[in-house]
Amino acid sequence: MLLATLDFQTLSDAVGLGAIYALMAVGIGLVFGVLRLVNFAYGQLVMAGAYTLAFTSTWPLWASIAACFVVVVALSLAMETVVFRPLRGQSPAVMLVTTFAVAFLLQAIALIIDLRDDTLGEVAASLTSLNEPVSIFGGEVRKITLVSIAVAAGALLLLALLLTRTTIGLHTRAAAGDFRTARLLGVRANRVIAFSVFLSGLLAAAVAVMMTVQLPLVTPDFALRDTIVVLVGVVVGGIDRLWTATLGGFTLGFASGLINGLLPTDKTVYLPSAVFALVILVLLLRPAGLFAWGGRTAPERV
Amino acid sequence: MRRSLDAFVQLAAPALLVIAVGLVATTASASNEVYFLNALIAVAVVVSIYVFVGNSGVLSFGQISFVALGAFAAGVMTVPLESKQGVLTTIFPLLRDHTIGNVPSLLLAAALGGVFAFLVGLPLMRLSGLAAGIATFAVLEITHNVLREWTKIGPGATTLSLVPETTGPLQATLGALVVIAVAFAYQRSRLGRQLRASREDAAAAAGVGVRVHLQRLWAFTVSGALGGFAGGLLVHQLGSITTEQVYLELTFLTLAMLVVGGVTSLWGAVVGALAVSGLDSFLSQAENGVHPFGHRLDLPSGTRLVILSALMALVLILRPSGLTGGREFALPWLRRRA
Repeated sequence: MLLATLDFQTLSDAVGLGAIYALMAVGIGLVFGVLRLVNFAYGQLVMAGAYTLAFTSTWPLWASIAACFVVVVALSLAMETVVFRPLRGQSPAVMLVTTFAVAFLLQAIALIIDLRDDTLGEVAASLTSLNEPVSIFGGEVRKITLVSIAVAAGALLLLALLLTRTTIGLHTRAAAGDFRTARLLGVRANRVIAFSVFLSGLLAAAVAVMMTVQLPLVTPDFALRDTIVVLVGVVVGGIDRLWTATLGGFTLGFASGLINGLLPTDKTVYLPSAVFALVILVLLLRPAGLFAWGGRTAPERV
Repeated sequence: MRRSLDAFVQLAAPALLVIAVGLVATTASASNEVYFLNALIAVAVVVSIYVFVGNSGVLSFGQISFVALGAFAAGVMTVPLESKQGVLTTIFPLLRDHTIGNVPSLLLAAALGGVFAFLVGLPLMRLSGLAAGIATFAVLEITHNVLREWTKIGPGATTLSLVPETTGPLQATLGALVVIAVAFAYQRSRLGRQLRASREDAAAAAGVGVRVHLQRLWAFTVSGALGGFAGGLLVHQLGSITTEQVYLELTFLTLAMLVVGGVTSLWGAVVGALAVSGLDSFLSQAENGVHPFGHRLDLPSGTRLVILSALMALVLILRPSGLTGGREFALPWLRRRA
């Protein structure tokens, strides 16, 4: 019965959402790799980008998107300098809770900026034409879905090349593997961290552009729920490695897209419970991550 | 002698602080009383979280599940019978046709919280680190989802109202004191010490015979019972409650209070809860004072959140071990180690 309603559009939308979540997962995973810090405020970077798009929607399209990238990357680097740097080496709980506070701070600031016109929410509509469908393989697909998949595939490919074929990429991977040893061997900590944070900012900006196409109304809690889902996906997939984290993010995005498309809302009331029960089950069976096969030894080394 | 004096001071300091807040609450005007009650209930909630997170060192985002369960259990069971049949039409007849008093409802909330935490903890306590954080978060999501949708046990997505407002200054103070006393007794007990040893070094503690998962389960259960109790206090203060009030925002805020105060000590939990909620109250008061004729009320309400979250972030950046440094209270001249 489920399969009967599974049409091409639903499937492609789910892949599109999975692609966006995969990009967010990479952004979170990159920073976690070098800093061991789970950045809860990542969604607020996306939110800042979305607001930038909304406020610059009268500008030419390229300028608006460029502004979004500039703002998000600058904010990302500022966050690293002001918040992450003093926290290096602190316990994961302290780092995570500090990023909560940063997330609240950015949301509160966004609320003030947003409410200057006395209405909640700003519209970022410059790219909504991408919601129109095109015909492909005999089915209807929205343009944004194709764009999301292309951008995600391109970004992941570029990232893979960057991490495997360049010196700074090699340094970053070394630092993610064992930060202290990497430093002893001459890897410059501030450079690899700034590099990772820069890349994760670029990804957040790309996510902001793609998300505003589907959700043009930008509010202070824009992308908050998505960040939580991606974080769950990242841990379920396996946060210790970038590709398992990415796959986890994609899986959760794909699953939510599929579920939302397939089931009518009155039948999905207990669906979150079912999904999160599944999350618990996966974590119990594979605490290091669903896709983390072998490699890692016991979590607590003496 | 000195050890018992230390212990006395460690319990007396947070208790006296709570009593002081309670006393001030009785002298405050009716409109200001709510701030003191909020602070006292925040103490109860944060200390309940501390019992697990502080003693075990395992991060949990799920403790508010127990607060939510306690709040709704105590709330649903105390709505007066004559209005209950009109308001809560969909719930099980057993719940609809019975109503209990204030104190039994708090005990019920604590019992349910404890049982729920025990059942959840049985499988979950094997996890640590981020996996534990996400799994407990999943528990919060499931609890919220079920409370919101299952109209046979509560009001579902609508507001639960007409709950007797029995949490005044006396009940809030006594409630917070009970939670503090239980938390203190637990952390000085054999069980609590074993768990704290496993927090410092899980492998070494296991090596000397501490059953780490079992100890975590006890702490989780105690924490769940205290959380349920705190939820009962909360619902009796508010009088009406929705599932959204005991969900993400409360989770993040109370965890932030705990970390700001200092995760590893009871004193830190109490100080963090009082400091953050005190600051919050002060800022909302200041807003009213500064903008008496403000026609744009939204603007000040935003600045309160900006200042509050900026200060929390600042404390964590400048003093990552919290305001108290994660230590228990000690009088300077009694401190054994400087």
